[in-house]
Amino acid sequence: MNFIQQLRLGFRSLLLHKLRSALAVLGILIGVTAVIWLVALGEGVSYQAQQQIKNLGATSIIVRTIKPTEEANRESGSRSGISYGLLRDDYDRLLVNVPTITKAMPMREISREVRNGEFAIDSSLVGCTPEYFDINRLAIERGRALSAADMEYLDNVAVLAYEVAEKLFPIEDPLGRAVQIGEEFYVVIGVAEQRTASAAIGGSLAARQYDKDVYIPLSTFRARIGDQVITVRGGTFQNETIELNQITAVVDDMNSVDSSADIIRDLLARYHKSLDYAVVVPKELLEQAETMRTMFNVLLLLIAGISLLVGGIGIMNIMLATVTERTREIGIRRALGATKGEIVQQFLWETVVLSGTGGLLGVAVGFLCGPTVTIVRETISELFPEVWSNLPPNIRDLEPLIAPWSIVAAFGISVGVGIVFGIYPARRAANMDPIEALRHE
Amino acid sequence: MSSVATEAPPASGRAVVASVRNVTKLYRLGGEDVHALAGVSIDFHQGDFVAIMGSSGSGKSTLLNLLGCLDRPTTGQYLLGGNDVATLDDESLSRVRGRYLGFVFQSYNLIQQLSVVENIAVPLAYQRPPNPDGHALCLRLAKLVGLSGRLGHRPNQLSGGQQQRVAIARALVNNPHVILADEPTGNLDTATSIEIMDLLDALNNAGRTIVMVTHEPDIAARAKTVISLRDGKIESITHNDR
Repeated sequence: MNFIQQLRLGFRSLLLHKLRSALAVLGILIGVTAVIWLVALGEGVSYQAQQQIKNLGATSIIVRTIKPTEEANRESGSRSGISYGLLRDDYDRLLVNVPTITKAMPMREISREVRNGEFAIDSSLVGCTPEYFDINRLAIERGRALSAADMEYLDNVAVLAYEVAEKLFPIEDPLGRAVQIGEEFYVVIGVAEQRTASAAIGGSLAARQYDKDVYIPLSTFRARIGDQVITVRGGTFQNETIELNQITAVVDDMNSVDSSADIIRDLLARYHKSLDYAVVVPKELLEQAETMRTMFNVLLLLIAGISLLVGGIGIMNIMLATVTERTREIGIRRALGATKGEIVQQFLWETVVLSGTGGLLGVAVGFLCGPTVTIVRETISELFPEVWSNLPPNIRDLEPLIAPWSIVAAFGISVGVGIVFGIYPARRAANMDPIEALRHE
Repeated sequence: MSSVATEAPPASGRAVVASVRNVTKLYRLGGEDVHALAGVSIDFHQGDFVAIMGSSGSGKSTLLNLLGCLDRPTTGQYLLGGNDVATLDDESLSRVRGRYLGFVFQSYNLIQQLSVVENIAVPLAYQRPPNPDGHALCLRLAKLVGLSGRLGHRPNQLSGGQQQRVAIARALVNNPHVILADEPTGNLDTATSIEIMDLLDALNNAGRTIVMVTHEPDIAARAKTVISLRDGKIESITHNDR
């Protein structure tokens, strides 16, 4: 019998018990779909993370201020308060000592309430240089970004992030109007475009909600707000002095990222007694994310593999029943000249038809992953808007990416499962004594 | 050892297509050895129509299984197609069955999910090399047994007699040296039995060698030779004058 005949015979034998065959196919279908969907979701998540890291720039090195642990505070702090973090001197030192750095951008940040008359919003006040908009890919919707002149003249100007502008100026055009921060008034010169928040990456980079930022020139920040921050926490005053929250350094070439990062680490270690800073290298994060992705995929494949195994056991179960039921047929075929090998082949074809059908349907359903996620997303945001808005952004914006290899792997594994779990029933069929089999009722 | 072995039908110049020599078959039943066959020798010639008779336990089914290469004798020789098939392994026995033998069973043994023409074609699936004109052959055989109008029917849509006709057509499809029929009329009424025996007669007259097991004397009477078995030995060989 040729390939087509074997296939047809397999289909027809399976159609004798439609429901039973359909259930066995379903078992494989679910397994294959699980492989494709899980891998697609995993790829989607890691793609997001990678995009985010790439947005930080593969050639940039980010140095951030972090609050040292309490013990370190006690040593370095005085009764009047503690001082920690990156210094303006650090910024100069980086520029002077690391020749590969082409551009460095200092940034200072603080939580402040911003008002426009009765409208107010808790925002993050960011003191930065004009390059900040470029490096963070912040597009300006209306007006303009900060300029070098703003820096130079310590102007009281501000660029509002999208949500801040919406909240403070629900009706009027914010451009040219003033917003109040503390005692000072700032003229709005621009509004940034809406920008999705970025999630935290590992422990090295905090999540950032760009939509609640207010940008003012760094020089203005220093003059009007200063380095000292006094907060009331738990009834006691806390006095902190921070010069800079972050320095983003851009190096000339991808290859010099690692060595430059090492120099920066050495340099900072020399001038900082406590570890009140962190060096984040997006390129390293990218490599880490790559490793994570591989591990994640292996884990998902393992889970999906288990469901395929269960499907395989289902197939074995129905094939054993089939073999018992068709003992007579096996006897007839043996009497009419079929060898054991040919009987094994016949039953193996049946299991391959079962698992292959399940595999093909599973791949078809696998392709529905994207639309399904869209429907689920819309349903949740419609029915439970509260829950929806509380979900982290990387779940809200998750787009599954179907990996071609997962389709090949899932289908291949399903057919493999069919063969592996079909061998035992098929051999059992072939090893029957033809005389006994012919007598079987 | 059977003394009547030498009384086998005279060779009369026709070719021997199958020949058993001193075959014995030993079964162990509850720790006791049972001789299902205690030394049987027969030659089957081209164009023979042999009926094997005997009471239950006489060894006729065992003999038929040996002749059908479904079982191997404990001792003795079985020459089929020029080879001693008594010592062949399972795979070779399958090939011998597919090449030299045609089977007709009491309960027809058609495959239920296959149509008439597909049932006839089953042995072709196991032919090496495959028969290129298989389908045309099946159609011819269906016509020969009078079932041209029912090619697409399933066995459960046919009467017993029609099913047995399908089985006979199937037994012919590989152009066997010997057709082995195990109580071919056992499940049929008298009128249909006569039809089936007429068909076997016609095949025999056309030169087919038929070996048939039966316990019905009037069916056996239609064979050319009747071999009676008793306790695993040949009791008598009668030649019918037809």
